[in-house]
Amino acid sequence: MQALSEWFTELLADNTIFTAQTLGYYGSGLVTTVQLVFLSLIIGLVLAVPLAIGRSSQRRWIRTPIFLYTYVFRGTPLLIQLYLIYYGVVFFDGIQETWLWVLLEEPFVPALIAFTLNTAAYTTEIFRGAIKATPRGEIEAARAYGMSRRLMMRRIILPSAFRRALPAYGNEVIFMLHASAIASVVTIMDLTGAARFIYARYYAPFDAFLFVAAIYLCLTFAILYLFRYLEKRLLAHLKPLEQ
Amino acid sequence: MNRLLTLTMMGAAFAMTASASVQAQDDETVRFGVDVPYEPMEYRDADGNLTGFDIELGNALCEEIGIECEWVVQGWDGIIPGLQSRKYDAIMSSMTINDDRREQVLFSDPYITPPSAWFIPTDSEIDDVSEEGLDGFTIGVQRGTLQDNYATDMYGDVADINRYDTAEDLVLDMESQRADIAFLDFPVGKATLIDNEEYDYQVIGNMITEPKEYFGDGFGIAFRKRDEALAERFNEALETLRDNGTYDEIYDKYFSM
Repeated sequence: MQALSEWFTELLADNTIFTAQTLGYYGSGLVTTVQLVFLSLIIGLVLAVPLAIGRSSQRRWIRTPIFLYTYVFRGTPLLIQLYLIYYGVVFFDGIQETWLWVLLEEPFVPALIAFTLNTAAYTTEIFRGAIKATPRGEIEAARAYGMSRRLMMRRIILPSAFRRALPAYGNEVIFMLHASAIASVVTIMDLTGAARFIYARYYAPFDAFLFVAAIYLCLTFAILYLFRYLEKRLLAHLKPLEQ
Repeated sequence: MNRLLTLTMMGAAFAMTASASVQAQDDETVRFGVDVPYEPMEYRDADGNLTGFDIELGNALCEEIGIECEWVVQGWDGIIPGLQSRKYDAIMSSMTINDDRREQVLFSDPYITPPSAWFIPTDSEIDDVSEEGLDGFTIGVQRGTLQDNYATDMYGDVADINRYDTAEDLVLDMESQRADIAFLDFPVGKATLIDNEEYDYQVIGNMITEPKEYFGDGFGIAFRKRDEALAERFNEALETLRDNGTYDEIYDKYFSM
């Protein structure tokens, strides 16, 4: 242990880039990235459940607006959505005088809105697919028990749809983490923002970006592990029986 | 070569005494390589003539030395090879002096350090750019520029620093009041904020060119390495122009409000 810490001190002493100050930038960048991604995923998930139910509704006036929303947000690049929300809001005259400006002045909230709307659109489509793929037998059985539509949705369709959606949703989470790297274009100092700052400061693109890539890899690994655990627990009934 | 050397030594001797002007033969011409446009350092005016700070200063230097100047337009990528292959005898084209280039060429003394400046909206409540004066405000800079480094180190503890990819993004956020003050290359800020009719901005505080560790050694005239004598003559002429006010005249023409 002692040898390890000595080795580490020596390693740090030998370079000019990874000082306490720059590691501090990476640290606060990590916090910002995790906050941004976590919050947008949670809010996006909460929005996506009713939207997915509405999206698979029989009624056209419910189905169509939700389809248009997912179509627009899946059909345009996230970077453009971020630009439009961050720079677009200021074209409403007098917005600086309203209470909204307190939220929109800092780049965090506009970025959070863009990321949330984007991930909610994708998640809605993932859930819709899962809801549609509910086996007919399960629905018929529920009907035979005399369940109302609402009860059937809550007890039968949604739980089984969530399980089916899990692997695809895990991908969406990882995509979201990586997509958050564009936050630095609107001055947010997230992980990528920190790396770009250090790159520009020390003219060391390789070191700065390699280090940040390693942090992203660690985050991705944690997400993969979490979803593998969830799949193992929630999809246990789909596993082939052990011989 | 010897002739040049002798001339220079004579010139140096003259300079020590009274008049710094160095007499050269009438037929001597120095050709300058220049890359245009780079406003306000070198560009073409409405009639297509070359003009700008570099051009005017270069011509004044030649006049001081008593030789003819010619300007040869050359793209930036080939500007050092062009010097070495004798397409021209010197480069005066906003070239920052640095060690990599010193391997290839011989630099004159720096003739300008491009100034940086603070820009605020005319109705801003900021009235000085000291550390206390900017306490709690948001400073906008272009990411990775020397202004970014300077602002981060000097004001990073008291003010928020917003970093933008382009000056245009920064202007947009100044307009929407997300950023309170911009710290930019003076020519860039002048072109985007001051000269633009739509906006109402002003410079606050002095032009900033110090300290050197942030703002660099400035621009130099590049010569072939063996032309030490020629470089020396330009250094002396530069010194004279700085002393007799000609330099300030040209500087004020391009870098004052």
